[in-house]
Amino acid sequence: MNIWIAIGVTALGCYVVKLAGLLVPAGVLERPLVRRLAALLPVALLAALTAQQAFADGRVLVLDAKAAGLAAAAVALVLRAPFLIVVAAAVVVTAGVRALTG
Amino acid sequence: MTSVGSGLTLLQTCALSLLVFTGASQFALVGALAAGGNPLTAAAGAFFLGVRNAFYGLRLSQLLALPRAVRPFAAQWVIDETTVVALAQPTRRGARIGFAVTGVTLYVLWNLTTLLGGLGAEAIGDTDAWGLDAAGPAVFLALLAPMLKSGVERAVAGLAVVLGLGLLPVLPGGVPVLVAALAAPAVLYVQGRREARDGKGEAR
Repeated sequence: MNIWIAIGVTALGCYVVKLAGLLVPAGVLERPLVRRLAALLPVALLAALTAQQAFADGRVLVLDAKAAGLAAAAVALVLRAPFLIVVAAAVVVTAGVRALTG
Repeated sequence: MTSVGSGLTLLQTCALSLLVFTGASQFALVGALAAGGNPLTAAAGAFFLGVRNAFYGLRLSQLLALPRAVRPFAAQWVIDETTVVALAQPTRRGARIGFAVTGVTLYVLWNLTTLLGGLGAEAIGDTDAWGLDAAGPAVFLALLAPMLKSGVERAVAGLAVVLGLGLLPVLPGGVPVLVAALAAPAVLYVQGRREARDGKGEAR
């Protein structure tokens, strides 16, 4: 049930901000500070989420096969590989390391 | 697919794709719930990731000049990809067509792959053994990489990683990500101070 609440709140919130951009007069959102903050917020959130999902299990910090998978994804990104290849590299390397060590 | 692996049902996963339809927010919500986060803090993180769509809408509303009655329907498709395609078109007609075609195609494909991925994950069972839990961070990294254009972005990302990991054992689930978001205003503030000092009040 809790998950449905989270889905509902997220869906509504994300829809409202999309619509707001189309309806709100340009002046409100065109201030330089607001624009730069909006560009940097996703950077902060994505960086934190990447780190947490790769190096944490619940609330405990861990270093396991996922770290190798993330490194593989980073290499793929540096080589300008397409999105699906990047994700596949992470999955394959993580599974491989787990199979070898576990 | 990562979603079904994180304890959401297939129906919940598909509802998420159909209703939220902005990838980063979906993955963030699933990730926060999987980490045992409270649904509201999880939703807040996903919401902040979606805020950038408002700025896309701003650019698009001038470019597409849609009638007011159409806007509530077009809004659901205001995402990274449609904005990029529409902004790349030289004419308004091209931009409208680009926006509509990209919107429909992505909406159908995204939701189909969600369904197939969800079915696949249910069939596989233990998704961790297949390394699928690494897909989440890899997706985030792929979304993040093109944003790291200058030192400012890298500073924000670095500070956010430190905050996100450092606070994880201390604060309740979902909250450390929101605190890490404060890296953005913090770095902007420091940068503003530095520019004011170096430029002696020179206009930016």
